[in-house]
Amino acid sequence: MASDDIWILGIAMTKFGKHSDKDIVDLGAEAVMAALTDAGVSMREIGVLAAGNLMGGGGFGQMLQKQVGQTGIPVYNVTNACATGATALRTAIMAVKAGEVKFGLAVGAEKLAGAGLLGGGGSAKKDGNKWEPKGRFGSVAPTDGRIGTDTMPGTFAQVGMEYGHKYGGVSFELFARISEKNHAHSTLNPMAAYQKQFTLDEIMNDMMIAYPNTRPMCSANCDGAAAAVVCSGETLKTLSLEQQRRAIKVSASVLTTDPYQESCQVLPDVNTLTRNAAKIAYEQAGVAPSDLDLVELHDCFATAELVHYDNLMLCPEGGAVDFFDSGATWRTGSTPVNVSGGLESKGHPIAATGIANIWEICHHLRNEAGNRQIADAKVGLAHVIGLGSACGIHILERSGR
Amino acid sequence: MSTQIPHVNYLELGDRPHLVANECTGCKARFFDRRNACANCFGTDFRKAAVATEGVLKAFTIVAFAAPGVPVPFVAGIVDCAGTSVRGNVINVDPTPDKVTLGMKVRLATYSLGTDDEGVEAVGFGFEPVS
Repeated sequence: MASDDIWILGIAMTKFGKHSDKDIVDLGAEAVMAALTDAGVSMREIGVLAAGNLMGGGGFGQMLQKQVGQTGIPVYNVTNACATGATALRTAIMAVKAGEVKFGLAVGAEKLAGAGLLGGGGSAKKDGNKWEPKGRFGSVAPTDGRIGTDTMPGTFAQVGMEYGHKYGGVSFELFARISEKNHAHSTLNPMAAYQKQFTLDEIMNDMMIAYPNTRPMCSANCDGAAAAVVCSGETLKTLSLEQQRRAIKVSASVLTTDPYQESCQVLPDVNTLTRNAAKIAYEQAGVAPSDLDLVELHDCFATAELVHYDNLMLCPEGGAVDFFDSGATWRTGSTPVNVSGGLESKGHPIAATGIANIWEICHHLRNEAGNRQIADAKVGLAHVIGLGSACGIHILERSGR
Repeated sequence: MSTQIPHVNYLELGDRPHLVANECTGCKARFFDRRNACANCFGTDFRKAAVATEGVLKAFTIVAFAAPGVPVPFVAGIVDCAGTSVRGNVINVDPTPDKVTLGMKVRLATYSLGTDDEGVEAVGFGFEPVS
C-alpha cells in the first residue's frame, strides 16, 4: 500500500428505522462506538471529528464528544443537505491527507421518522389582506404550488421526466419497476427500515405523492446513524495484519457542486455535478464503470435513480432506460445498484446516508454481507446528492490481502 | 378602475403579459432574481429581456401531496420558452397524465389570485396548452 493512500479502518451503522427511545446523540454515539471497535482504535487516538447532522439544532459534534470521549480535538460540524455524511467523511479524509492527524472520525446522524413531506414549507401559509411584494422575487403570495413545486417528491419527479423528454422511453411503470427492484433487494437487508417486497401493482396503486412518484417510490424518512474511522497507508502499515486485511481502500473521494447550466435556476441540476464527480472519481481511482461490482446511488426517489445510471456513466449517454430494462441493476445483473434496498426501503436519515452507503459497499468488499453478499466484490462506488446542490462520490476497493 | 399587481416582480402585466429576465450582457445567461455577478461568466452588467410567451413542456409532475394550504392536485412544470427555461404550473387543463404530456406546446396565461382590502387585484401566471 502507498503511504498516501487513504483507508477506511472501521465503519458501522445503526439499524435504520424508528428509534423513539434514542436522540441523535444516542444514535451517533452508537455508530461511533461500533466504528471505533471495528477499527481497533480508541477515542484517544482520533485526531479530528467531522460530525454531520442536518435537521438538529447545531453543535452535534461537541454533544457527541460528551457521550463518547472529550479529548479536545477539533470538531467540524458539517451540513451539506443530503450529501452531509459524504461531506463529513471527506472532511476527515482531507485532514488525514494533509498529514495533520493519524486517525480521522466521521459520523452522520439524523432523526427523521415521521417527518412527512420535505420541502414546500410544511406549515399552512396564509395570504395577507394586503398584497405586499416580498423576497427575491417580490412575490405578493406564496409561490410553492402556484409557480411550480418546492416539494422534494415533485422536484425529483421533474428530474426523471426531464430525462424522458430528452431521451424518451420513460413511463410511470418504468419508474415503478425501479422501485420494485430496490424493495425486493431490501428483503435481504436486516439494517433496512423497511424489508417489505412490493408487487408492481402495489407500487403503482399506492398513494400518489407527485406523479410519477407514489409513496413506495419515495425515500423513507427514518432515524439512523453511521460512522467511519480513516487513516493513511503509512499509518495502516504500523497496525495489525488483521486490521490491514479488513481495511478498505478509498480509491477516490470527490465532492462537487452544481456548475452553471441554463435551466438550473428553475430546476436544480443534479446531473452535471454527478457526471463531473464521477469523471474525477474514475480518474483518481484508475477504475472504469465496467469494473464496478456494486453501486449504492442516491435513489431519493425512483425517478432519480434512472438519471444517475447515466450520470455515473454505468450506461451509454441516453441509455439509462435500456440499461435498466436489461436487468443490469438487479443484484443478479452486471452492475448491481442499491442491493441494500436504497433510500426507498433502507431509508434516508439524511446525514447518515452518505456514510451508510459506504458501509454497505465495505460490507461486501470485506465479504461480510451475509445472504445479500455480491460474490467476490472487489470494487464499489457510493454516491449521494444534496439538493442545492452537492455531490459526493467515493470509490472503494478491497485490500487484496 | 381597479389596479393590478403581479404575483412576482418578473411578471409584466398589461396588454401582452410576459416574463422579464435579468440578462447578462456578456454571455446572455438569464436570471429571474437579482445577481451580483453572472453565475456563468461573472460579468456584472445586466439588461432586462422579455421571455418568449410560448414554449414546450420539458418536465412536469402532478403534485397530489403538498404543504398545508396548497390546493392539490396541480401540475408543476418546466417550460422551454425559446431557450429560456421557466418554472410554472400548467393550468387550464385536467391535471392527469392523459392530458399533460412531455413535449406539449404551451403558452403563458394569467389568472387572478384575488383582490385585497384596498381593491388591488394580484395576477399570477401559468402555462396553458396551445389548442
